[in-house]
Amino acid sequence: MNAAVNTTTIGFMLSRPWFWASLLDGLKITLYISGVSILLAFVFGIVVGVARYSRAPVISWIATAYIEFIRNIPLILLMLFCFLVGQMKDVAAAILALTVFTTAVIAEVVRGGLNSVPKGQWEAARSQGMSYLQILRHIVLPQSVTKMIPPIVSQFVTAIKDSSFALLLGVVELTARGNILKSLFSGVGQILMIYAVIALFYFSINFAISLVARALQKRLSAGRGSIG
Amino acid sequence: MFDGFIQWLGNLSLMFSSAKWASLGDHLGLIFSGLGITIVASVLALALALVLGIVFGVLSASNWKPLRAVARVYVEFFQNTPLMLQVVFLGFGLPIVWPQFNAVPVLMVGVIGVGIYHGAYISEAVRAGIQSISKGQLEASLSQGMSYVQAMRHVVIPQALTVVLPPLTNQAVNLIKNTSVLLYIGAFDLMYQAKSIQAANYNPGPVYLVAMVLYFCLCYPLAFLAKRLEDRAEAAQGGGQA
Repeated sequence: MNAAVNTTTIGFMLSRPWFWASLLDGLKITLYISGVSILLAFVFGIVVGVARYSRAPVISWIATAYIEFIRNIPLILLMLFCFLVGQMKDVAAAILALTVFTTAVIAEVVRGGLNSVPKGQWEAARSQGMSYLQILRHIVLPQSVTKMIPPIVSQFVTAIKDSSFALLLGVVELTARGNILKSLFSGVGQILMIYAVIALFYFSINFAISLVARALQKRLSAGRGSIG
Repeated sequence: MFDGFIQWLGNLSLMFSSAKWASLGDHLGLIFSGLGITIVASVLALALALVLGIVFGVLSASNWKPLRAVARVYVEFFQNTPLMLQVVFLGFGLPIVWPQFNAVPVLMVGVIGVGIYHGAYISEAVRAGIQSISKGQLEASLSQGMSYVQAMRHVVIPQALTVVLPPLTNQAVNLIKNTSVLLYIGAFDLMYQAKSIQAANYNPGPVYLVAMVLYFCLCYPLAFLAKRLEDRAEAAQGGGQA
């Protein structure tokens, strides 16, 4: 009785090393799924966005159909589809679905940014003998990147949050750890604390990214002239 | 590698065999009842999100700092943590901590989760709308003999709506898509029915394809409307000083 440890206190839970190890393992999987998806989607998003913006009929049409379809179906459905119909491993299916989805969103941002550059600039550059790619690379992209970066960065936050849908495929990422840890502790305070700690993990990463996005936006819009 | 691909293709074609489509046909009733629940959940969640969004949007545009701080905490917390985590908490954590919460129907638990989450995004749209109108406009209207209500009704709100409506409509699309998390707490929505039919008959191909088409039919008209509204807002901004 005298040496008995009260296992239902928050302090007991927070002083278990395996409690933190479990959450950090989950965080690793969350960051792996979202990180790989973000990198791939950033590249593909620019390609698809330029394709959507281009005047080439078939290419532009395919890009439009892709963007419109993917943006109007739930990501959860896309993940389950990749997992079962695509016969993929759970983490791979989550990465593929998140990449496909984020690519569509970023492509739309890229198109919007490119559209913001007046058409006259194309004509002016073309009259100077520049090629399509040269104009894109030296004239249009430098001017429109200011508009694209903040929404793209905030899409990174969305990707980190949405990677939690992978728990539906059985991936034990950060959110799914809550379900496991919850069954190991019985204290009311402990259960609240588990969710609070997980929320804090997500919040600190995403809030930091949001702050970077805001700072970027300020710097880019302040130094407009110096970007080209 | 090549053999693996052939086998993958073989499995894929089996998944879309006529027997698998037939087993979907037996459960169309469930699919459409799920669609109905998804629509009901979306409407209720959107109503909640609108109320929260307007209240916190007005708060975050207010001049009094403590009110702004309350709104900031709400917006930042819900924008920076996953909806899935919030729904897992409402569905499986909160009922342990607060047993009375078990009395809330599952559908309403989902509506609360999705509504609060999207309320944070709508609040940001409302704030941007309010801040887009300069104070001078209200003062000018009042000096022309308009009452406060008239000035709001004829001058301020119509302009604010041009700014607020496009992101609001986009949020409605995201909200409909996000009601698919209801499947995790067992709310019999479209996603739930699709997953359970798939589990019972192992026909993920036809079921998920049909569910995709149904979600697309719900979302695309709104997304199209959002784009039209965006174009109109841009035109209004460009030619504003006519």
